[in-house]
Amino acid sequence: MKPINIITSTAVPLPLPNIDTDQIIPKQFLKRIERTGYEDFLFYDWRYNLDTPDHVDERKDFVLNKPEYKGSQILIAERNFGCGSSREHAAWAISQYGFLVVIAPTFADIFYSNAGKNGIILARLTEEEVQTLLAKSTANPKHLLTVNLEAQTVTDADGFSAHFDIDPFRKHCLLNGLDDIGLTLLHEDALDKFEAKHNDEFWLAPKKDEAA
Amino acid sequence: MSTPNTVQTFAPRTMFEKVWDAHVVAEPVGEPSIIYIDLQLVHEVTSPQAFDGLRLAGRKLRRPDRHIATVDHNVPTTSVHDRLFIVDKIANAQINALRKNCAEFGIELFDTEDANQGIVHMIGPELGATKPGMTIVCGDSHTSTHGAFGALAFGIGTSEVEHVMATQTLPQDKPKTFRINVEGELPYGVTAKDIILHIIGQIGTDGATGSVIEYAGSAIRALSMEGRMTVCNMSIEAGARAGMIAPDETTFAYLKGRRFVPQGEAFDLAVEQWRALVTDEGATFDREMHIDAATLAPSVTWGTSPGMVTTITGTVPVLEDARSEADRKSFERAFEYMDLKPGMLVEDIKVDAVFVGSCTNGRIEDLRAAARVVKGYHVATTVRAMIVPGSQKVKAQAEDEGLDEVFKTAGFEWREPGCSMCLGMNPDILSPGERCASTSNRNFEGRQGRGGRTHLLSPEMAAAAAITGHLTDVREWKFDNEGAAR
Ligand code: SF4
Repeated sequence: MKPINIITSTAVPLPLPNIDTDQIIPKQFLKRIERTGYEDFLFYDWRYNLDTPDHVDERKDFVLNKPEYKGSQILIAERNFGCGSSREHAAWAISQYGFLVVIAPTFADIFYSNAGKNGIILARLTEEEVQTLLAKSTANPKHLLTVNLEAQTVTDADGFSAHFDIDPFRKHCLLNGLDDIGLTLLHEDALDKFEAKHNDEFWLAPKKDEAA
Repeated sequence: MSTPNTVQTFAPRTMFEKVWDAHVVAEPVGEPSIIYIDLQLVHEVTSPQAFDGLRLAGRKLRRPDRHIATVDHNVPTTSVHDRLFIVDKIANAQINALRKNCAEFGIELFDTEDANQGIVHMIGPELGATKPGMTIVCGDSHTSTHGAFGALAFGIGTSEVEHVMATQTLPQDKPKTFRINVEGELPYGVTAKDIILHIIGQIGTDGATGSVIEYAGSAIRALSMEGRMTVCNMSIEAGARAGMIAPDETTFAYLKGRRFVPQGEAFDLAVEQWRALVTDEGATFDREMHIDAATLAPSVTWGTSPGMVTTITGTVPVLEDARSEADRKSFERAFEYMDLKPGMLVEDIKVDAVFVGSCTNGRIEDLRAAARVVKGYHVATTVRAMIVPGSQKVKAQAEDEGLDEVFKTAGFEWREPGCSMCLGMNPDILSPGERCASTSNRNFEGRQGRGGRTHLLSPEMAAAAAITGHLTDVREWKFDNEGAAR
């Protein structure tokens, strides 16, 4: 994971509550074997006309398809974002599309944890603050927001300023670009020591040389 | 051999705490503990992105020798030919990816036609890779099965699969402990499956959330390893993180001589260590529950969650039985989805399909029990019935014992090993509206195929339903001409 702290970007408004992970990425893509390449499937059913062959026809009215929102790194939605199935593919699709931040009043539990494991900042603002930001980004697609993880704030040049809460452990991981694996590897010395000792306990490991 | 690295402490500990303590690598302040994982089991569906993640990050797989892999979820069970030439291109690509990944990272793979292939939770115990005191994970929620050996075993997500591949550890918050004591003798016709269905019906599908269950008591100790695995397998259906049963003579006898188990003198030393794993006298649990085995009857689910359980002589509940508004809503939805009338007799429920198999009940003992019921009878003309052995070993053993002939003569399909109709990821699925008596573990809407209806029960009961065409009390069964009644 890359360290992440301050992001200044335009924002994509998606003014809907309860956006579930089936909408974020439909089930047919879970049979894929790759970890990457999910960006094209993000919000698949909303993004493409499904009655055309190969579903390559973009729906012009969907926000992600509007040229003025291309390249945005912030997504704004309403409450309970990411509910439903636990599929980590949802977090993969969002991050691989290029979003670094999702702003919403609340997030579903499992999505919250999956997003953290994939380097996405989830900023919980109040309903009113979210409505304000949705309105600004809808009215002006070029409107810039600044998300500061260290300070836990979302601000803009017009004087908007809001604070968000985040679990200190998760914040630490995001700021330092530590994925859980990286974090565990901070304890590699302890792990090496533990393992050297643990390996002696023959009954704990399946050993190929025990084969009859 | 050195002494086991258990933490020296004077307070009495539970079996879970002993296994946990022996695997703590680090306890960073304000963070979850880092727990060492002795064995990761790998299958085709939840592993490809984990391998890909390793490659993307340029990380090595730390301990290939602590991983074993097999193919189970996607493989067709119809014939060897269909397994060698898989028609579903996406399924085939997933299986090929596993082959490639195992070769690249040095993991031993038990491939489609390997003599040790089978459902991932079958082959761990069969190979003796599953042993007391170990920590075992797999990207599959039914990893709890392995707890039957006194191992701490739980299911994980794809990022965690990768985490274990890279570090052989997982950050974990310590779960709570919950002991369920099943005391007394099981009545005639009542099985391990009936015990666990009864427990889930009692405590609900979130009744053990955040906890590791220890199943104890004389009725549990009297179970075979197969029965114990059935019980631990469904711990997850009660919301538990894991289920465990203390190792004893039954466990040691099962393990002796298996491939990954120490031999000779080393085995005796291991047994000595394993004996010490049992919960100390005076150790306390966060929660305890007692069940009188003598009161149990054959269980069957009527609804769309494993907690919607009744007995074979019981009835489908009525709305007034609902304990909460949420229950009421789910009852209403389940009556409709299952197309059942509230209050109707369970024995009046007709079935179209019967599935004997899965990591819950696809073991040799399960097939023997089903065969005893079937012998001398024929499957009802309205029913399609299939037996899917959980592993190649089980299939071979059953064929040695002539069980396949019993089933085939009676009109059952005799299949190749795999998950099959347990989740219908391969071509084995129910059609919309079809009703199935199934020995598997989940009766969720659409689990065995879109619109399919599932009743969970024991292999004996499933076999009886295949013959009569409706849910049937196996305690009344006339075992045909063989004096085969137990
Ligand atoms: S048999 Fe069913 S529950 Fe068991 S591993 Fe396979 S799909 Fe999962």
